[in-house]
Amino acid sequence: MKPESSLHKRRNQILILVVVLSNVIGNVALGHGMHQTGAIVSASPLDYVRAFARPWTVIGVAVLAGWMISNLALLSRADLSFVLPVTASGYVLIALAGHFWLGERISAVRWMAVAAIALGVILAEETPSRTTNGGREPALQGENFSHERDPAEVHPELDS
Amino acid sequence: MTGMKWILVGIIAVCNTAGDVLNTAGMKRQGELEDFRPRSIARMVLGILRNPFVLLGIGALAVSFFALLSLLSIANVSFAVPATAVSYVLETFLAKHVLGEDVGKRRWAAATLVACGVFLLQW
Repeated sequence: MKPESSLHKRRNQILILVVVLSNVIGNVALGHGMHQTGAIVSASPLDYVRAFARPWTVIGVAVLAGWMISNLALLSRADLSFVLPVTASGYVLIALAGHFWLGERISAVRWMAVAAIALGVILAEETPSRTTNGGREPALQGENFSHERDPAEVHPELDS
Repeated sequence: MTGMKWILVGIIAVCNTAGDVLNTAGMKRQGELEDFRPRSIARMVLGILRNPFVLLGIGALAVSFFALLSLLSIANVSFAVPATAVSYVLETFLAKHVLGEDVGKRRWAAATLVACGVFLLQW
């Protein structure tokens, strides 16, 4: 692979920000909504529909749909083994927001946990974001998609 | 009820991992989202609707999501934590060996630190 261009990197960083924020906001809203509902271990879709009828739940699901789209966009541009640790920065964000906004007490062990995650984020951020080509990984070659593997068609989408 | 909890933890870990790996494989085949213009994003979303890898991946994440909702309604959040922590290491392993990503020492260290951090967070 050619070295990563600064524009590619900047767009990845914007996507990472969107992925992390939509995940945190979506989960907080959803958690708020779910809190107002009782236990649901049920095979009946109606029980889930009832849980979803609450405004906070609806907002949470909508924001998480945005998270899904932005996460897929990020995965189209970067490795999974890059995206996973980098987007874990959401945990750090939640802890800092809880401490400085809501005045939550955070134990020493939890601060250590937050520091470990932050260090993981920084380490992963320093690696090149993409190490594979346009999806022609040998391990997955051969099955249903062989008809799409026309090198001439694939080449233009390679990162410049 | 404890048996049910562990079954749900298993479903969450397996479906979450399968979903992320399938989504990555599918999105790499589809090609990069190169810019954030509405047209490009719309084209990506339309592509996803015809992408069996990603549709299956989203399906797996949906199953994992409903299993998590069920688990959180009968157990403490801390019960779901081991599944999340383990999937960081499992997914990094699969990213290397199934997706063919170049996972060097830095990325292994990053995945391990995050997994340990997530595990410790519940204290």
